[in-house]
Amino acid sequence: MATLATSTSRLSLPRLSRGKLLVGLLVIWLVLGVALRGKWTLSLAAADLTGLHRWFNDANGSISANRNSSPFFLYFFNEIRLVIDHLVVFIQGLIAQPAYNRPVPVIGWLGVVALVTFIASALGNLRVGALALIGFTFLGLQGLWQESMDTLALTLSAVLLALAIGIPLGIWAGVNDRFNGIVSPVLDFMQTMPTFVYLAPLALFFLIGPASATIATLIYALPPAVRYTAHGIREVPATSVEAAISLGATGRQRLTGVLLPMAKRTIVLGLNQTIMAALAMATIAALIDAPGLGKTVLKALETLDVGNSFNAGLAIVVMAICLDRITTAASRRAEVAGRGRAPKAWTVKARRPALVIGGIVTLVAIYLSRTYLWAADFPTTLGGANGTDINIGNDIAKRTSIISDWVQLNASDLTNGFKDVITSVLIDPLQTLFVESPWWLIAFVLISLAALFGDRRAVITTVICLAVLLGTGLWQDTMTTLAMTLVATAVTILLGLLIGVSMARNRRVDSVVRPILDAFQTMPAFVYLVPFVALFAASRFTAIVAAVLYAAPVSIKIVADGVAAVSPTTVEAAIASGSNTWQIITKVQLPMAREALTLAVNQGLIYVLAMVVVGGLVGAGALGYDVVSGFSRGELFGKGLAAGIAIVALGIMLNRITVAAAERQRTA
Amino acid sequence: MRDTKFAERTRAALGPHRRHAVAFSAVIALALAGCGGATIESDTPAASASGGAAACGAFNIAVNPWVGYEADAAVVGYVAEKNLGCKVTKKDLKEEVSWQGFGTGEVDVVLENWGHPDLEKKYITGDKSAVDVGQTGNEGVIGWFVPPWMAAKYPDILDWKNLNKYADQFKTSESGGKGQLLDGDPSFVTNDEALVKNLKLNYKVVFAGSEAALITAFKQAEAKKTPLLGYFYAPQWFLSEVPLKKVALPEYKEGCDADLAKVACDYPIYKLNKVASTKFMASGSPAAELVKNFNWTNDDQNLVAKYIAEDKMTPEDAAKKWVDANPDKVKAWLPAS
Repeated sequence: MATLATSTSRLSLPRLSRGKLLVGLLVIWLVLGVALRGKWTLSLAAADLTGLHRWFNDANGSISANRNSSPFFLYFFNEIRLVIDHLVVFIQGLIAQPAYNRPVPVIGWLGVVALVTFIASALGNLRVGALALIGFTFLGLQGLWQESMDTLALTLSAVLLALAIGIPLGIWAGVNDRFNGIVSPVLDFMQTMPTFVYLAPLALFFLIGPASATIATLIYALPPAVRYTAHGIREVPATSVEAAISLGATGRQRLTGVLLPMAKRTIVLGLNQTIMAALAMATIAALIDAPGLGKTVLKALETLDVGNSFNAGLAIVVMAICLDRITTAASRRAEVAGRGRAPKAWTVKARRPALVIGGIVTLVAIYLSRTYLWAADFPTTLGGANGTDINIGNDIAKRTSIISDWVQLNASDLTNGFKDVITSVLIDPLQTLFVESPWWLIAFVLISLAALFGDRRAVITTVICLAVLLGTGLWQDTMTTLAMTLVATAVTILLGLLIGVSMARNRRVDSVVRPILDAFQTMPAFVYLVPFVALFAASRFTAIVAAVLYAAPVSIKIVADGVAAVSPTTVEAAIASGSNTWQIITKVQLPMAREALTLAVNQGLIYVLAMVVVGGLVGAGALGYDVVSGFSRGELFGKGLAAGIAIVALGIMLNRITVAAAERQRTA
Repeated sequence: MRDTKFAERTRAALGPHRRHAVAFSAVIALALAGCGGATIESDTPAASASGGAAACGAFNIAVNPWVGYEADAAVVGYVAEKNLGCKVTKKDLKEEVSWQGFGTGEVDVVLENWGHPDLEKKYITGDKSAVDVGQTGNEGVIGWFVPPWMAAKYPDILDWKNLNKYADQFKTSESGGKGQLLDGDPSFVTNDEALVKNLKLNYKVVFAGSEAALITAFKQAEAKKTPLLGYFYAPQWFLSEVPLKKVALPEYKEGCDADLAKVACDYPIYKLNKVASTKFMASGSPAAELVKNFNWTNDDQNLVAKYIAEDKMTPEDAAKKWVDANPDKVKAWLPAS
């Protein structure tokens, strides 16, 4: 009895006092924050620079001065650039640009459509094949065939390179804990560092052209390739590996015979994420002359042509959905094959002749597309020059413009009012608390939070990140961004719970909502920048809305899939015991999907931070604007780089605290 | 790590998909639909390199991201291609990146430069990879603007001395109780924070962050008749759609902006100029001569920019239309031979 009592008190005491400590901490923050308001806030005007920023500028300058004489450039960067340039130009010549003294690419539109359809059907299934056929034909009908193929060529080059580099690194990280520990913060860095920061230096290292654009894409697309490969290898049950060892398999045999085949499905999923990441870069890479749809989006934006930028954005969405479904279906096939589950006999029998016929048809289509102009250049009319107009891109653009103009004119009073209310009751107070409090008070609060909810590693990480933030000289901008990030993440999580749970509980809702989520995730933010500014003015609120639209789909999907994965027997048991719907959701489904919820919070946060720069483009100021202006103006380069580092530090800190808190919850 | 793991669980539950033998009927139909028609060989235009092509060769024009610049690039590119037979490549780049390209040979010319002293120092006087090749004839104006409806209703707003009187009207959710001065395009030099302070104005600078956001804000302000004070510049295609009115700041005098912290005067008028790669100018290409001679007025540029931005013409069509209408101006640019 006595031992039981002490053990319960030991368990419950820290929890109780943790809550009290939290309240105490917030009270201290509020009281001191109000008392010392506006002191030690470390503010820095938009045009001002610190010593560190100037040092970055000088470093940038000396690199550019030495690029023609340094052997590092002559024998290292230049070689890399040549190889990548050749790869991209080769793929462009295959499908996108006139090449080999012909006025058209090697394979025309008919050939590409047939080839993609064939690959989709062979790797996935017929349904995906049909989707690819419709999707790629749609790209042509939009009047964006060549642009789409340029984007596809760039994406394919970046993905090929990402796999060539990422899979070996992933295998190494999968089998070696030490290497894994080194590589994962590097991958974090690559994913959270805003592309704008390194775009101009990249053009300096690798010159203007396809190589720089490919490398910019590669930096963002490589992490998932490494992560998923490593994850897949780690997931292979230890017993399988031990069995192989006991049979006397060498290291190489273990890898090719056991680890890789069993990790195949996860690796293919990594391919999927790599492709998505590469496509997400299409618009930004266009800023350094990357060919393709991104250019169309940006050009249209110069004249506020919402319609045409939407049309091009839609093409990116269509391509992303096609590639996503193809790779997902392929990974499912890999899984079925990996498990050795036998499909129905007749499909096996029918498969081979179907593939042969399909292959022949594809070859015929490729031949036609090399021979006849109508099959090479996507026609804009059917039946000769004066035939029926089949271009639907202009229609899409025109209608979108009309709708967007109408909404901008008629809804903006309402939306602006809404923005004003939310800003004054929620965003402003929170921002004041962060921005106007002394820096050491905020640092104290964050470190205490890490100690209360996390572990020692979280505390150390927080201290280091805070030191980095102080070092960047952008403390106040960081606090503004942090306040917006917290609001956006909170809304993202709320949407994730509301929509995610309803999707998990109703398959029909799921099938309607999921494609919409895909569209929001892949539609370049530049497309909705103009209508949003019209609706909510250039403001922090607009930035928050943009961030939520980008981050919520991920959180929603994670919650939906996590809740759907809760065992149906548990739910049935709860129903049988008389629980109502609310109780089932809050007492059974959500607690059992806790792992998914943690991931949803975590990914929501990372995705919100990824949009900080876009926020800078629509009036959020702070770190996002620092990054954007650093990219635009040489004398602000150093400040932009410092802001990029601050975003990374913010991401790592928040990430560490939430992950540690979740782990502690689970073990408590 | 994204949502795929969970996605897989759900998707796996949907069961295997069926495959039919009649796999590619749609493709067959498409393939058979139009046998015949022009073959690619028969349609290949005869490789008729005109005599000038060899003399001119490649001509790389950087295209900075605004429509006025695109108008310059369209016309110069069109003339170089049609009259001089050059192989013109346009590269869409931001200013900083364009200037980097001079030294490496990736960029031959920047056609509209809005005074970048830092870049001039680095590339013209510094490593000498670039040279100033004279003015474009366009004059760049930077300043504070209000939508036309406001200028009509409150005429005295166009003098900076009266701005404090109207500060209340310009309040927004972003300006912290003061009037909002919407700054914006990060590519442009701004002294606005110092100006607000030194002119003792009750305003706060808010950064819109992009040209698109800035134009949208002005467009919306004119359409909805809401107050807006913002940083803007001419020549700009948007001014032909909504003629914004400039607020007069204390007059610019040589050197009044020497100390950026103490600046209390208007922006200077920028004589926009052309900058080219040193190597390219020394190459003897006829395009170099064209670049040197290229010169036109704000009205000329606005017209071509309007063709592109409002009439939605392609840059090539817009250039052709203007060139066909202005043969004399074009003739003056061409190298004497």
